[in-house]
This record gives sequence, structure tokens and C-alpha cells, in this order.
Amino acid sequence: MRLGELERAVMDVLWDRRTPLTVREVAESLLDRELAYTTVMTVLDRLAGKGMVERERAGRAWSYRPAASREAYIAQLMLDALDLAGSRDAALVRFARSVSGTEADVLRAALAEEATDGKS
Amino acid sequence: MVYAAHFAGAVVACYLTAQVLARSTWTYRAPGVAIVCWQALGLALGLSAIGLPLAMGLAPYGTSVSTGLGRLVRGDIAPGFGLVHALQIAAALGVAGVLLGTTVTCGLRAIRAQRRHRELLNLVGRDDPAAPGALVLDHPSAAAYCLPGMRPQVVVSAGTLSLLDRAQLAAVLSHERAHADERHDLVLLPFTALCRALPWAGWVDAARERVSLLVEMRADDKARQLHADGQLAAALLRFATAPSRVTPAGALGIADTELDARVRRLLTTGRPPRVRGALALAVTLTLVALPVSLFLS
Repeated sequence: MRLGELERAVMDVLWDRRTPLTVREVAESLLDRELAYTTVMTVLDRLAGKGMVERERAGRAWSYRPAASREAYIAQLMLDALDLAGSRDAALVRFARSVSGTEADVLRAALAEEATDGKS
Repeated sequence: MVYAAHFAGAVVACYLTAQVLARSTWTYRAPGVAIVCWQALGLALGLSAIGLPLAMGLAPYGTSVSTGLGRLVRGDIAPGFGLVHALQIAAALGVAGVLLGTTVTCGLRAIRAQRRHRELLNLVGRDDPAAPGALVLDHPSAAAYCLPGMRPQVVVSAGTLSLLDRAQLAAVLSHERAHADERHDLVLLPFTALCRALPWAGWVDAARERVSLLVEMRADDKARQLHADGQLAAALLRFATAPSRVTPAGALGIADTELDARVRRLLTTGRPPRVRGALALAVTLTLVALPVSLFLS
């Protein structure tokens, strides 16, 4: 399994369980994937390094929880996608953005006009 | 001073050509040609802007730029070479440094932003049989975009899936793949960098807006070749009328007048403007050749 898929699987567990989990608990939730304890630990370490999960002491072990909800990450991506994040880095190339109602009316009128022109 | 005058002439010619190109509507019918013209124009302007102060600083040598620069580097100071000339040469180096520097930093910034975006996408994007080859973001707003790079990724939101029918979505995905295949992010990079370097220069901003519109039109054309007429125009209109739900205060209502131009051209079939396109190419390529030959002579 690719590292990206592992990260995703681990995040899914953390998001779905809603409580901080230890490495062992995460590994147990992923039993069907037959992952070694150390593999899960490495993945959680990487995710912590990227700021995607936060960890805290729980007795003798560390427990991990997502730094933000799945919805928050999706919202971040959407802000990028709709060019509303305020950055001008030209990191993405977009198809179109939503526009105001007035503009939309102008466009609809344009389409209707072109359609009649085409028929006549 | 002859060389400086030539460079100054080249700067003025570039500026005037940019003004004409920005107002020309034939570019809508040949966006690919127009994009090449804009790239050439940007390059010509950059080279001339470096060459002008350099030639002025080297004027005491009375020779070509390359010969004068060679003699200066070897420590051969021409009679009459003073502080003003040294400052002019420093200015030339400064212009070159700013142009190269902002392009590189802008590129690195974009790569960083793309990496972060890709990492989040790996965690929350999902495959969907409705959008083959693309990742889907579970969000009600409509968005479709391309994350460029060595392994480009096309992304659509769940809002887009419910907004468009199957044929329209296929056209939009083709549009995004055209962006990825032709590396339109790199086409836009120098213009974005220039906007950062000269935030007060309105005409630079206008040029960037223009090129980004042409890039969209180019991708529209590629998608149009692969799909039934009208699908892409219909998709654009659906996007235009979709309510945006993640808009922070103040950002909604950015009038996208460009959308109108895109829809209109998709609904008509104009003949490609061969003569004007060829003329514009000839002019802009000559403008690149001018500073290059001045540097090399």
C-alpha cells in the first residue's frame, strides 16, 4: 500500500472515532490491512510532522487526534479552488468561479440571445 | 548612446504593442497564438528593461554592449566613466535580479502551495465513478480546477457533480486536462511574478488578467474539439449561476465579465484570424530579436 493511502486510512480512523487514539488503537482499527505497529507509528509521526495530527501524553503512551476536522480541510481546499484564499500564487488553474446574480442574469440573456440568433 | 536609444525604442515598442494586443479581440479566436505573442512580449520587455540602463552605463565605451561589458569586467575603465555610469549598470543588475528573483520565488511559493494542497487532497479527496480520472471534494459549492505539476490532478466538488449533467461534466474535465497538458500554470507564472514585483503597475495586472483569460479560452477550445457543441458553454453558464457558499464577506459578487466573452465565443464558430495572428507573431518575435541582437552585437 502506498504511503498516501496509509495516511488517508489512519486519518479516516481518527476522524471516525472522534476520541484521541493510541498507536495500538489505530493499528487495531486497521486490522484488516495487517499493518505492523511500527508502520502505524511511522505514519502517525509523519502526519504529526505535517501538522495534520496532534499528540498528547496518555499515561505511558502517546495518543493522537486530528488537528482539524475533515470538513475544515475540505473548506480549506475549496477556498483555494474558488480563489478566495487571498493568495496570488497562481498555484491552481480554475475552470470558472461562481459570480453574482446580476452577472448571471446578463449571461443567461446572452445565451438566450445567441440561441435565437442561431435559429433564425 | 546609440545602443541606449535602441533599447529605449524597444521598451516603448513593447509597451505600445501590449496596449494594442490587450485591446484586440481577434485574440479570442486564436488564443494559442495570442498566448505565444504575450510570452514573447513579456520576454522582450524584460530584456529591454535590463538593456536600457546597461547601455546607458556603458555609453563611455562607445562600443556595443557586449564589448563594453567585457572591457569593464576586465578592469579597463573607459575615459569619462563616472559614478552615474556605475549606478546605471547597478540599476541594470537590479532589474535583472528583481525579474529573475520574483519569478523564482513565485514559482517556489506556488510549488509549496501545491504540495500542501496535494497533501490535504490525498486525505479528503475521493474517487467517484461519476467523475472518472478526477478527485471529488465533498462540498456543496461548485468548483472545478486543476492542481498542476509533474503529476497533475483534476478536482471537482460534489456541488459540481450535482450542477452538471454527464456530458457537461465530461467537457469540463477535458478543459481541466488541457490546462494540465499544456502547463498553463507555467504560462501564467512570469506574469504573476511581474504583478508581485510591480504591484502598483496597473497595466501589468491588466496583462496578467488578459493572459489568464486567453489560457481559459485555449482550454475551452481543446475541450470543444472533443465534445458536442454547446456542452462547455452550458457548463459555464451553470457555474455562473451557481450560488457560492463558502464566500467570506466582501468577496461575493466579483463580476466575472470574462465569462460572458467565453460563452459567446463558444456559441459561435469564427474563422481563425490567420493574417492578424501571423502579423502579431511577426511583430512580437521581432521585438524579442531586437534586444537579443543588441546584446549580442
